[in-house]
Amino acid sequence: MKKLMLGNEAIARGAYEAGVTVASAYPGTPSTEITEYIAKYDDIYAEWAPNEKVALEVAIGASFGGARSVCAMKHVGLNVAADPLFTVSYTGVNGGLVICVADDPGMHSSQNEQDSRNYALAAKVPMLEPSDSQECKDYMKKALEISEEFDTPVILRLTTRISHSRSIVELNDREEILLKPYKKDFGKNVMMPAMARKRHVMVEERMKNLALYAEKTGLNKIIWSNTGIGVITSGISYQYSREAFGDVSYLKLGMVHPLPENLIKEFASKVKTLYVIEELDPFIETFLKKSGINCIGKEKLPVVGEYSAALIRQKLLGMDCTDSKEKQEDVPARPPVLCPGCPHRGVFYTLKKNKLIVIGDIGCYTLGALPPLESMDTCICMGASIGMAHGIEKARGGDFARKTVAVIGDSTFIHSGITGLIDIVYNKGTSTVIIVDNSITGMTGHQDNPCTGKTLKGETTRQVDLVKLCHAIGIDRVRICDPFDLDEFDKAIKEETELNEPSVIIAQRACALLKSVKYGGSVRVNDDLCKYCKACMRLGCPAIVDTGEGIRINDALCVGCNLCIDVCKFNAFEKAGDSNA
Amino acid sequence: MRNLSVMIAGVGGQGTLLTSQVLGAAALKAGYDVKMSEVHGMAQRGGSVITYVRIGEKVDSPVIEKGGADILLCFEKLEALRWIDYAKQDGTIIVNEQRIDPMPVIIGSAKYPEDITEELSKNFPNVIPVKALDAARQLGNIKVLNIVMLGIMAKSTDIPVEIWHEAIRETVKEKFVELNIKAFDKGYQNL
Repeated sequence: MKKLMLGNEAIARGAYEAGVTVASAYPGTPSTEITEYIAKYDDIYAEWAPNEKVALEVAIGASFGGARSVCAMKHVGLNVAADPLFTVSYTGVNGGLVICVADDPGMHSSQNEQDSRNYALAAKVPMLEPSDSQECKDYMKKALEISEEFDTPVILRLTTRISHSRSIVELNDREEILLKPYKKDFGKNVMMPAMARKRHVMVEERMKNLALYAEKTGLNKIIWSNTGIGVITSGISYQYSREAFGDVSYLKLGMVHPLPENLIKEFASKVKTLYVIEELDPFIETFLKKSGINCIGKEKLPVVGEYSAALIRQKLLGMDCTDSKEKQEDVPARPPVLCPGCPHRGVFYTLKKNKLIVIGDIGCYTLGALPPLESMDTCICMGASIGMAHGIEKARGGDFARKTVAVIGDSTFIHSGITGLIDIVYNKGTSTVIIVDNSITGMTGHQDNPCTGKTLKGETTRQVDLVKLCHAIGIDRVRICDPFDLDEFDKAIKEETELNEPSVIIAQRACALLKSVKYGGSVRVNDDLCKYCKACMRLGCPAIVDTGEGIRINDALCVGCNLCIDVCKFNAFEKAGDSNA
Repeated sequence: MRNLSVMIAGVGGQGTLLTSQVLGAAALKAGYDVKMSEVHGMAQRGGSVITYVRIGEKVDSPVIEKGGADILLCFEKLEALRWIDYAKQDGTIIVNEQRIDPMPVIIGSAKYPEDITEELSKNFPNVIPVKALDAARQLGNIKVLNIVMLGIMAKSTDIPVEIWHEAIRETVKEKFVELNIKAFDKGYQNL
């Protein structure tokens, strides 16, 4: 049977067909759907972990326990999971273990553009890279086989255009893989110096064997045609290259670490001009140059951003691809915004009013940095807000802390904010931390998390009690506040920032996109009462429009959250259903 | 059918991704190779959302290049202007005459361009303005304007109407199937 599948969906299908029984992940664009699709298979236990490090550790545990296991994350998630990665490389596996990591060239939805292939090199583990959905499925199965054959974790590297593209996949049945016996093996699984020293020798041996495997595996294949041009490439760049060059010769690498030196040399010797086409870092190119193979790569192609067939034509074939007659330079941008009804709007509106320095974090609420709310000063990585707020206080003193807050989402707080908060308590900081608790992981498209009381499989579970949690680590002042109760929220912020002790405000209101949230009835403007003072425009609500002659509500967008009604001093907003006047 | 590249542009929340999925499913059913690309993440947050659908005997890249779209299907006027570079000179540009102000316009730092469809028509002979929002309103749910638009677009393919209906049935949530089929038909029958 054939099906049009998202790359991430095909990865999940591969895990299913290959008999995987355990999957753990933390959501992150563009990797999220891998685990969401895995969760649809009853034969696989699947969960959201609090962060990527835990997810990998769960997968390692399952592998040691004899199961084929998978974990998935976005590129920056692998930074969080790097600690177990580097050592599971030494121990190896029992059941097959695959780590899916999705890079985001072009940063469609990320804070940096790191190239995860460098992790395969640094952690000394093999890495496969598919170029369409069919390969996503096939390579997942192959990765599990390699993992078991060579006693190693395997990284399956994706990029946004592979994860989020759809192409046709041939489906097969699930293979039943028996759980391998669990065996205690001190020398292999307990990485203390004496054992790790021996294991490191084996890791180096393994990489040599994998390099030999790379020479003959069908994952790396030469497609001979016109030998005037030869292209060495992998992943989505292979598709772009085909589109740009057509029938030239290709060495398509399905295994990007370790690389097949002899195969590359053979290919290079038979083509006239050799190009290496790869997005981001010159990973393959560096290997070629180190091996003394001449090629053209980053001297002509960029290290920054996504590639395209047009870019390849332009940079390598000298074709001018900017021939479009229309030049659209004056089109107003349409940046993503906080949705109508978004609870974060109340938070940032109040923070801006109080002119506070806001140390921010990763999530939907990062959009609070954009105009007109413009109330976020920093954003680095998951959980950074709390530690950074503490650091800024230690640099500039307590008075500065009175003017500073950290803002972090509920899921992000559990991911890696809590350790920062412990640091504040332990080291006598006085920061105010606002946990924006919208009852869901919003940015990645509504995933459950330890605060929601639901598992990935939809079962009810124990909910983390944020108040008790904060109390338990030594925060005495914890208060829950509705960010749409603007007066109360304003009061809470003023009181907590003034104090000479650490405090937590839990700004609690559910994401407006949750089905359980029903505001009902859009708002309209009463022109008789509107003074056109534009105070409502400071909310940055996409449903409130300044026509130049007056304020209007776009009823196709308004969800009726009523925040504008609270903000207007002249009572010029009313529920559209309220009066017939 | 020769190779067909369809680019769909809209505003987050307008159903751009779902539309491309129905289109892809229909093309697959009709026996074509299909590749599609979409970018998730900003889709629900009112940002500019585009998807590419490429259909043919054999498709390599899932991405459409500038000047490469046979059909540019736009759920909002400003998005048509933003992505017009991607249309072929003789391509069909179907524009929903709905205006959704982006944040820079809302806060007064940019102006929403006037007469977008007229301006586009000066350079592209096949611009088709449609009032899909009104059509969707008549059906009782403004959310289906995307499938109304798909119905309009579907006429320029040789994929039969039954296949489109099947594609809707297997892509859309069950309780919305009938509504979406009505929406499709409305578009297919010129509103």
